[in-house]
This record gives sequence, C-alpha cells and structure tokens, in this order.
Amino acid sequence: MDEQYDVIVVGTGLTECILSGLLSVDGKKVLHMDRNDYYGGESASLNLTQLYRKFRPGQEPPPELGRDRDYNIDLIPKFMMASGELVKMLTHTDVTRYLEFKQISGSYVYRDGQISKVPASEFEAVRSPLMRLFEKRRAKKFFEYMQNWREDDPSTHQGIDLNSVPMSKVYEKFGLESGTQDFIGHAMALYLNESYLSRPAREAYERIILYISSVARYGKSPYIYPLYGLGELPQGFARLSAIYGGTYMLDKPVEEIVYDSNGQVCGVRSGDQIAKTKQVIGDPSYFPGKVQKVGKVVRAICLLKHPIPNTDDVDSIQLVIPQNQVNRKHDIYIASVSSSHNVCAKDYYLAIVSTIVETDNPEAEIKPGLDLLGTIDEKFICICDIEKPIEDGCKDQVFISCSYDASSHFGTVCDDVKDIYRRVTGKDLVLKQRLRQEEEQREIGET
Amino acid sequence: MSNQGNRQTPQTGRLYQFKLVLLGESAVGKSSLVLRFVKDQFDDYRESTIGAAFLTQTIGLDNNTTVKFEIWDTAGQERYKSLAPMYYRNANCAVVVYDITQASSLEKAKSWVKELQRQADPNIVIALAGNKSDLSARRVIDTEEAKAYADDTGLLFFETSAKTATNVNELFTSIARKMPLDQLAANSRGRELNRRLDLNRPPQNNSNCNC
Repeated sequence: MDEQYDVIVVGTGLTECILSGLLSVDGKKVLHMDRNDYYGGESASLNLTQLYRKFRPGQEPPPELGRDRDYNIDLIPKFMMASGELVKMLTHTDVTRYLEFKQISGSYVYRDGQISKVPASEFEAVRSPLMRLFEKRRAKKFFEYMQNWREDDPSTHQGIDLNSVPMSKVYEKFGLESGTQDFIGHAMALYLNESYLSRPAREAYERIILYISSVARYGKSPYIYPLYGLGELPQGFARLSAIYGGTYMLDKPVEEIVYDSNGQVCGVRSGDQIAKTKQVIGDPSYFPGKVQKVGKVVRAICLLKHPIPNTDDVDSIQLVIPQNQVNRKHDIYIASVSSSHNVCAKDYYLAIVSTIVETDNPEAEIKPGLDLLGTIDEKFICICDIEKPIEDGCKDQVFISCSYDASSHFGTVCDDVKDIYRRVTGKDLVLKQRLRQEEEQREIGET
Repeated sequence: MSNQGNRQTPQTGRLYQFKLVLLGESAVGKSSLVLRFVKDQFDDYRESTIGAAFLTQTIGLDNNTTVKFEIWDTAGQERYKSLAPMYYRNANCAVVVYDITQASSLEKAKSWVKELQRQADPNIVIALAGNKSDLSARRVIDTEEAKAYADDTGLLFFETSAKTATNVNELFTSIARKMPLDQLAANSRGRELNRRLDLNRPPQNNSNCNC
C-alpha cells in the first residue's frame, strides 16, 4: 500500500462506495480501506454470526434460526424510490447488472388506531377508508393540480407560487382536512415532522411528485429493494470502482490520518505503512474529532415468524406512524422485508422500527411501532448518533460523509454523494451512461 | 440483467445462462483465459484487470442447446482478500486458476476451492485450470499432482495456455457439458418470473410528471 493515490476512501458504506466508483470511473487512482472484514460499514447487511457479534458479543445465534448464510440483515432501514436518484446512479453506472431488485409490496399508514394502505392506484384511492367521499374529491383536485403544475406555465399555477407560498396555504386552498394533510405530508412526502408546513411548498411538491412517479413505475408501492439486502449496494459500487482500477483492502485498521506542515492531508497510516494521497473521503466513525452530533436515532431490528398483522399478509411493507397520531414530534417508521428478499430464512420476516430520539428512554419511544408487530421472536436495539462533519473539507482535503439519517429512502444519501463529489472534484456530478466495452455478445437473448 | 424477453437464439432450441466466476492468485492469467475464450485474443503485456470485468460468451453444445456464460472477473479484489459475497452469489460454475510455473499458486487455488465450498452454492461446478502450459521449461507443478487433487475434490481439470489457446475452449465446453441443464433451467426460470425488475425499463408515462 506504500504508493501514491489520488484519493483514499476509508469505510465502505454506501456513500463512500458510490463516490469511490464514480471517482475511479473518472480516472482517479483510488485506495479504499475498511477496518471491518466485510463491506458496507453502517449500511451493511449482516449474517447471523456478524449480527450476534455486534449486538450480543459472546452469544451464539440460536440454531432454530437456521443457516448463517440465509441471513442478510440491514442495520439501516431504507428502501429505494423507484424513480429516485439512486436508481439513476445504478443504471447510469451499469451497477444494476450486478444486482436484482424486487418491489416492496405496499406502503401503509397508521391512523386512529388502524393501519390503512396508501392507495397505489385510482382504484385503490376510491375504495380507501382514509378519506370520506367529499374529501376524496377535494384530494383528487389537489393531486391533479400537483401533477399538472409546470414552472414555466403560469396557467397551471392557479394563482399560487409554489416557490414562495408555504405548504399549509396550499392545503388550505384545496380545503384538505388535517387527516388528509397528515397522510400526504407524512406517508407520501415522507416528512418526519411538521416543519415543512411553514416552508415554501415547492419542496413538498417535488416529494409528492417523486412518490407518485415512483408508484407509477412498477405499481404496488413506490419502493424497490435489492435481493440479499441493502448491503449489496455498496458491494456493487465497490466492484465498479475495482473494475476501474480501485484497490480494495478490508480488515485494515486505519490508525492515523497524516497531515503535512500546511495542515493538508497527505496520507493514511495502517500499522507501519503509510499510503500517500492528496484527498481523503470517509464516514464519520473514522474522524471522531472532526464531526458533530446532530441527533440520535433508535432502531429495533426484529425477527418475526409472521407478516405484520393487518397488512394483507404481504411479504414486505413500509408503515408510517405520523407523529401526531402518537403525540410525538417525529414519525415512527416500520420497514419490513422477508425471506422472499433473501434476507432471512424461509418463513421469517424482518421488521425494523425506527424514529428520531426525543427523550431519555428511546426504547419506550418506539413502543407504538413494536406493538403493531405481533409476537417478536428476537429483537436487537441500537441507538446511534447522527453525525455531520464540522468543516466542509476544502481546507485540509478531508471530506467526511453524513451518518445515515432516519429518512425512509436514499434521497439524502444521494444529496450527500453529489455534495461531496462537488467538493472533491470542483465540478458537479453529471451522470453519463457508462460505455459497455464488452457488449458484443450480449445481443443474444434468452429464450 | 437487462436481456429479458423472447428473442430468438441463433440455433433453434434452448439457451441456458450461467454465472461463471474466476478465482486464483493475482497474475496467474485469469483475465487472459477469458480474453482468449471470449475474443480469441492474447496480450503479452496485459496489465492487471481494468475496465471490462463482465464478459459473456455463448457455446453451442449441439443443435438444440446453447450455453451462455456470464463471466465475472475478480477485478483485482482478490488481491487483499477483499472479494465481496456478491461475487459468489448465485454463481453456477467457477474456474480456479493456478500458474504451472509458480509453486505457491496451486496452494492458493486449493484455498479458493475451499472458499467456494464455504460461500457458494453447494451444486457449483468447479474447474481447476493450470495455466501457462506453454512455459513448460519453467514448470514446477506436476500435472499428475494437480490432477490427483482435482480428482479427489471432484473438479474438472485442464492445463491451459491463454497464449497459445491450448485447451481454453475445451475447458469452458466441458464446464458447459457438466452443468445439470434441465434442473437449472427450471429453477432460474421461476426466479426470473418472480423477481427481476428491470431498472432500465423506461418509466410508464401514465402520470405525465417525470420531474
């Protein structure tokens, strides 16, 4: 490893692996290291042995759970928006070909003690118990307005400037009840709290349209999920990086970030070896003195032997519990996948209940979510700090990613990738379709 | 993964697709073997793998049967023991390569075989390839020794030369012949119908809002 690199990346989380892949494709010489002997860092999917080693050191997984290799348990509960930015990054880099995806079967919302499906079609909307008949008509007008709105065509604006008018005023104009606002703001726009109501409506508009176009993509829900767990995503981008010359070292302790006399980074030390570099990218866990805590998330990883009750017995769901339904400031999310996604043994289901911590007793805060799961076979609680870099890295050329937040999909991760890419390279990320140099045999199809 | 559908194959008959992974110590000629097999090329000064680590090649076994290999190269991730589990995932067959002029490379190959037995599908078909057979003057690994190991372990065995093309097609063809075709076709067919979403499919435009 005693060589000169353009960039050294530490930690193989998704953010780091996407950046490593993009920079290698750009022709940069990249060294990518991780202290763990597996890929993915905080965004890994663990097998049973790894999971027990992390949460219950010294304890063996119970044999009735089955084979180690059948498990790929996510640490961070997120799904991919079918029309989201991550899908673009996957298709443009051609990393999709290393992966297989499956739809998440439904998106649900909790209201007045009941679980209801978020309608995925006009047919479902008409039958949905979430709104009464007159409210449905008002909501229909609201969604028509949203879908027809064009920035450059004032005739579609109906006198509202989405760029300046707060979202609460838009709801008001269409006369939407607070329950409907809840459902739109939390189950579709996926806001974790109510602060969006007073901000310009444009952002909520973008989120609602992303949701609607994602549902339209494959039908059942806006979400898709990689078979074998989210940990496949960093592995896929790491492979992209390696194909373009990136060097990979797992199980490699990162002992020191080395700076020159001007305070600029110049190397990374592991043992008595120093790899030289001009830039370093990494996740917050490698830079304890350079990050600040901005919040905490509590997550309960639960193993079940049944689908989540009252969700039509489907194999995977997202369930949103809006904050005001349970007297909180932040929503509680439940993300559930199962053996049909190759993440656990046959007839098992995984559910992760999560929220942003508001009190000294985080585990009690997720109880309303846990109570919806029925019998829980095994439960692993983690309470994680959400960290952000203190500086933007332009001075010392050390660029630190943000922790994975409590949001339901990868929007903020992609924003972080684009932001770091801009700071590292000095230019905006433009996704180009990667050339397939090895296409000549591929026109032969399958029968 | 974008090639679904019912396009006709050159031969009428059935086409089977398999994921084939390459393993072996750095510089034993893994990429060169594939380059010879897929493009019938050889480059004496080929650098470590860069840029094209996903090739496909089809073999016609008879008039009714075509086998398509989707070949995954290690992309150098084997060097520091950093191959991802994704690499072994759903691999139907593997070529484990050693260099007949490097004594340590057969030992390495044996440890890769163990790794495959641990991580990959239990039904995986494995071939052991002793590459660089054109350099017989520098041979340090006896054919008999390697063959005995391959027989004991249930591996196909060939000594190959990517440079002269010796036994390269034979290696891949014999793998194709050893694949349990009927059984695999039934499994993979079910899987495709159930699971694969094509992310490259253009969005349906029923809501006119592709922002």
